[in-house]
Amino acid sequence: MTISREDIEKVAVLARIRVDDEQVSALENDLGNILDLVDQLSAADTDAVEPLAHPLDAVQRLRPDEVTETNQREAFQAIAPATENGLYLVPRVIE
Amino acid sequence: MQWDIVIGLEIHVQLATQTKIFSGSSTAYGAEPNTQANAVDLAMPGTLPVPNEQAFRYAVMFGLAVNAEIERRSVFERKNYFYPDLPKGYQTTQLERPIVGPGHVDIDLANGETKRVRIHHAHLEEDAGKSLHEDFHGMTGVDLNRAGTPLVEVVTEPDMNNAEEAVAFAKKLHSLVTSLGICDGDMSQGSMRFDVNISLKPKGSDTLGTRTETKNLNSFRFMEQAIAHEVERQMDILEDGGVIVQETRLYNGDRDESRSMRSKEEANDYRYFPCPDLLPVEIDDAFIEQARSRLPELPDARKARFKEQYGLNDYDAGLLSGDAKLSAFFEEAVSHGKDAKLTANWIQGEFSARLNAEEKTVTESPITGAQLGDLIVRIADNTVSSSGAKKVFESLWSGESDNVDAIIDAQGLKQVSDTGELEKMVDEVLAGMPDQVAQYQNEDDPKKRKKMLGGFMGPLMKASKGQGNPKLFNEILVKKLGG
Amino acid sequence: MHNKSVAELSRELESGKVSSVELAQQFLDRIKQQDGQFNSFISVTEDQALTDAKAADEQRAAGNATPWTGIPFAHKDIFCTSGVRTTCGSRMLENFVPPYNATVTENFRKAGAVCLGKTNMDEFAMGSSNESSHFGPVTNPWGLSKGEKRVPGGSSGGSAAAVAARLVPAATATDTGGSIRQPAALCGVTGLKPTYGRVSRYGMIAFASSLDQGGAMARTAEDNALMLNVMAGFDPKDSTSVDRAVPDYTATLNEPLKGLRIGLPKEYFSDQLSPAMEEQVRSAVKEYEKLGATVQEVSLPNAKLAIAAYYVIAPAEASANLSRFDGVRYGYRCEDPKDLMDLYTRTRAEGFGTEVKRRILVGTYALSAGYFDAYYLKAQKVRRLIQQDFINAFKEVDVLMSPTTPSPAFAQGEKTSDPVTMYLEDIFTIAVNLAGVPAMSVPAGFVDGLPVGLQIIGNYFDEARLLNAAHQFQQVTDWHQREPQ
Repeated sequence: MTISREDIEKVAVLARIRVDDEQVSALENDLGNILDLVDQLSAADTDAVEPLAHPLDAVQRLRPDEVTETNQREAFQAIAPATENGLYLVPRVIE
Repeated sequence: MQWDIVIGLEIHVQLATQTKIFSGSSTAYGAEPNTQANAVDLAMPGTLPVPNEQAFRYAVMFGLAVNAEIERRSVFERKNYFYPDLPKGYQTTQLERPIVGPGHVDIDLANGETKRVRIHHAHLEEDAGKSLHEDFHGMTGVDLNRAGTPLVEVVTEPDMNNAEEAVAFAKKLHSLVTSLGICDGDMSQGSMRFDVNISLKPKGSDTLGTRTETKNLNSFRFMEQAIAHEVERQMDILEDGGVIVQETRLYNGDRDESRSMRSKEEANDYRYFPCPDLLPVEIDDAFIEQARSRLPELPDARKARFKEQYGLNDYDAGLLSGDAKLSAFFEEAVSHGKDAKLTANWIQGEFSARLNAEEKTVTESPITGAQLGDLIVRIADNTVSSSGAKKVFESLWSGESDNVDAIIDAQGLKQVSDTGELEKMVDEVLAGMPDQVAQYQNEDDPKKRKKMLGGFMGPLMKASKGQGNPKLFNEILVKKLGG
Repeated sequence: MHNKSVAELSRELESGKVSSVELAQQFLDRIKQQDGQFNSFISVTEDQALTDAKAADEQRAAGNATPWTGIPFAHKDIFCTSGVRTTCGSRMLENFVPPYNATVTENFRKAGAVCLGKTNMDEFAMGSSNESSHFGPVTNPWGLSKGEKRVPGGSSGGSAAAVAARLVPAATATDTGGSIRQPAALCGVTGLKPTYGRVSRYGMIAFASSLDQGGAMARTAEDNALMLNVMAGFDPKDSTSVDRAVPDYTATLNEPLKGLRIGLPKEYFSDQLSPAMEEQVRSAVKEYEKLGATVQEVSLPNAKLAIAAYYVIAPAEASANLSRFDGVRYGYRCEDPKDLMDLYTRTRAEGFGTEVKRRILVGTYALSAGYFDAYYLKAQKVRRLIQQDFINAFKEVDVLMSPTTPSPAFAQGEKTSDPVTMYLEDIFTIAVNLAGVPAMSVPAGFVDGLPVGLQIIGNYFDEARLLNAAHQFQQVTDWHQREPQ
């Protein structure tokens, strides 16, 4: 299985990772090899097999609707790259 | 060319839970920025979601109220995209197996007909935070208090054909979720947000046209305007031989204009997959029955009861049963005031007008249902005239006094209903207006006579200092003037 | 003291022969003197450790000691430690100091254990050699005396190397596709990956949520049991943790093995395995026969597809799990982002290393429109087939045994050029994670002076039986006591 440069560039945008031309070339090779490995899957007969998302056949537990958290803004924003007036700052978002 | 309009809605309903859908952080509105955003809400490394039972209970109640199938096994998926108000870089939502399956809602139209709008499904998901675009040195501020607030997203079939139907449906849904108590219904705070999908097709055609989605309409008025605007826009394009581009549009209600949100369209590939941090949620019969037992009276049932119990007509019953709080106000008023029709008139007239003028909700009204009921009693027993009643209403509203009878006494609004006294006044006034009396008695046309009768009322009210009972005055006049 | 096990140190502390503070200081000194050559620690928290040791001594004096009170150990730097930098081996979290503890961290604190620092690891636990760490590779203590720089395995390579070098008697670790067992094997220590859901994942930085599981690394099976006693249990903060009673895993260590039914999966004794490795593993199995176990061949017919399924599922989950590292709320942020796209793409390009980026891109691709069914859904179906293989095997036998790795520790740099070659390192360990069953790696001999690991796989929640089997083996062998020179 080969993966095209265009595919790699598209996926890199989706994943929000900048890649330069040189990296795209390396990725073309590496991802191609990984996808070759993964393509072994197509040999498996999986008709009538249900996908398995979780190893344990368990169901979700639900939590009572009670407030358990308190305001810890100071602690959390102490480790933030940029804040002002209690807000996280990011480059201007144009809607 | 004649066109058919096809409208489907997607409605985000914020659930009125105490805590977020996946964390124990408070959802109270109006807190300081990021004071209700904790480790899980901030997507701190290693943190994990644990779902809120109440969100499921509310979703099930909603499903039951729209006659829908409740899915016994629902699954959360991750919808992947990057945005500063989405801390995890994905929204946890339901795609393949939503909690609420197909259902329907019946809406009443102005022409008296009822129309059924089908619900495609409704699913649970988490709300995003808010980006504040006022300038922070060229930066945008992000408040994540809202991130993780539980939402039910309701998706309808494209069953509506004009703005009236869409708005009627939206209002009906609003009345449903507020009656259920699962949403505070406060649209100005974003508790309910509407996305409208609109397409046009040649009249009678079976093929749907390309649709656009107008997002985040947060009032019924804007919704109506946005639909009119978008229908016109599409019609112009189609009639000029153009094609509609499938896109998301943003409507500006203040300027009545819309524009494409190309940023949202850019390379959309949400890469949904089941969230591995959450397991399938199983809802059993006991849970459903418990939710069913918590269902309050719903608007349709209430409307039928108002007609039956209070003898209201269809129109009055419909208007008063829609909003749970207005319904409660009406019932409190009528339990004091007895006269249901008169109570209904006052609520839809004076009371609603004042609320609208001051942009207040029913719960913010300075007048209680009981007070309005007391006033209705005094109107019905002729203690006050309708103009006197309006003065009493003003005094109650302004908070001068909370007692109807005290206001009537203090302001001397009590009507004179003593016939002897009133007859004396009529005699005196007629004696002073011989020309008009003669003119009246020479007139044969009953319509004109009726009109001329009014000419005597002014002087009579003046003579009684405004306190004479107009109805009795009228009766006495007719008798004295000889029919 | 540094050669003693947790169980032995616990007895020393109890008898008063040594204090917690003395013990902490001795191990801290060893780390200071020796870790320059291994690089097994990312952070050493000396001040905090001595404070905690003092508190432990006081607790013991007050008569409130647990078996862990005052025992020095280390956390893999994937477990969040409140107030202590937690990097996950990444530049992205180089300066990240969480204001909260992982549940595992909390459990060790409550037991009174003294954490000496955070161990090195492959970045975001993605790797099998510890060469993808932003903080530099870890060197395996084995082979160093011959001047060889070999990998310790990964991703828990720092924990394995630190335990092997006697810098700590025990360390926590995590295992998504072999990240406990493979480094344990390559460093000659004993490691346990519990059943999925047995140990809380809360505060353990996620790689692939449906595969990740925290576990134990120490020199003996008995110490693994002591660790699991502290780590295991239901956590209301982790929806995937299992609400099931936790036995005392030390209570059954001495059960006799007579009648134990051992299965040898024929697919794991294939030509990928060198004859020298196979010989070591087979002779370990012979020891079990001497202890009264019976041995039969079994088959895991779909095991050969495990790597392929894993390299869809794990990257897919990782691609979403790592989206939160966006430079907005914590962690690395690029200099002077000119717009939002620039903030995201440069922060993530600069903050993540090559292997992490590679896996995010593979995962994004596998989930993207048009490929979802062929990759992700197909992999999940194969995952069920693999699980069914284990369910079937455990109808016939009590445990499965195999080599942990196809070969002993390889040289640094040997497999970094081709990611697929590196992935094949986990060929015997990955199926276990897909099925979610527990497994251990136990020292079982040497090839060319390098340790060989025996993998023991158990049925769901059968950790006690695995620990019992490993402990009995360690009563009749001394591979686990060998010390690198």
